Amino acid sequence: MLKFIAPAAAISALIVAGAAYAQAAKLNDAQIAHIAYTAGNIDVAAGKQALAKSKDKAVRDFASEMVRDHTAVNDQALALVKKLNVTPQDNATSQALSKEAAAKLASYAKLEGKAFDKAYVANEVAYHKTVNGALKTQLIPGAQNAELKSLLQTGLKLFTDHQTHAEHLAASVK
Amino acid sequence: MSPIPWRVGLIAGAALVAASACSPAAPKTYQVTLHDLMFGPTPPEAHVGDTLEWANNDLFLHSATASDGSFDVELKPGAHVAQPLTKAGTFDFICKYHPGMKGRLVVSP
Repeated sequence: MLKFIAPAAAISALIVAGAAYAQAAKLNDAQIAHIAYTAGNIDVAAGKQALAKSKDKAVRDFASEMVRDHTAVNDQALALVKKLNVTPQDNATSQALSKEAAAKLASYAKLEGKAFDKAYVANEVAYHKTVNGALKTQLIPGAQNAELKSLLQTGLKLFTDHQTHAEHLAASVK
Repeated sequence: MSPIPWRVGLIAGAALVAASACSPAAPKTYQVTLHDLMFGPTPPEAHVGDTLEWANNDLFLHSATASDGSFDVELKPGAHVAQPLTKAGTFDFICKYHPGMKGRLVVSP
């Protein structure tokens, strides 16, 4: 009997994983736009927090760049969804991103000086890596509209550049 | 029309052609486009006296910043900025905001 249970458990795990994959793959353009916009907004908020807290010039320059660049992409995204007459649609991925970001902002608010700089920059490296992964494997392949896809590809180039910049900065903020 | 002014006109025209053939090449303006976090190609045969026009067709603030400090041009989104080429040499440049963006400019005397 045990012999049957083990494979059954393995199969059901596979089915669950498969269902999760299918759900992820089924994101529509309105949801994809919402996720991309949310991801940008999170980085703008983190940058604003850094500008309010950090006194390190390199960290502040980086934070200004994040605020400026992500605001520019998001402005473009808003103009695009308006043009396409699409209302960005909230979804589980956007909610999970926002929830995690709110927790990070709250915990970094308690840090000061070098401790804050290190935490902010380390998180920027990790965050850009995560978003790059999502853009490459999920959001860009899933986007149906050509203009949305193209804007996401610009976003990927931007996030990749920011990741490199954050990695260089992480090496100098010690 | 009398034949004399016609002949004078012809000589004057020939003199103009000769003058332009003898003078050095007229200064040129070359455009380098920035798009999607990349610098487009730089001109292959730029000379001192020519002008480079940086055209930022991107959504983002960029710069064209020479590694040796020779120039540092701020390029707002949509901006076209003319840069007279006053110095010969090979200049490696980056965008100081997006250091992944790189280019090389060669200016002959």
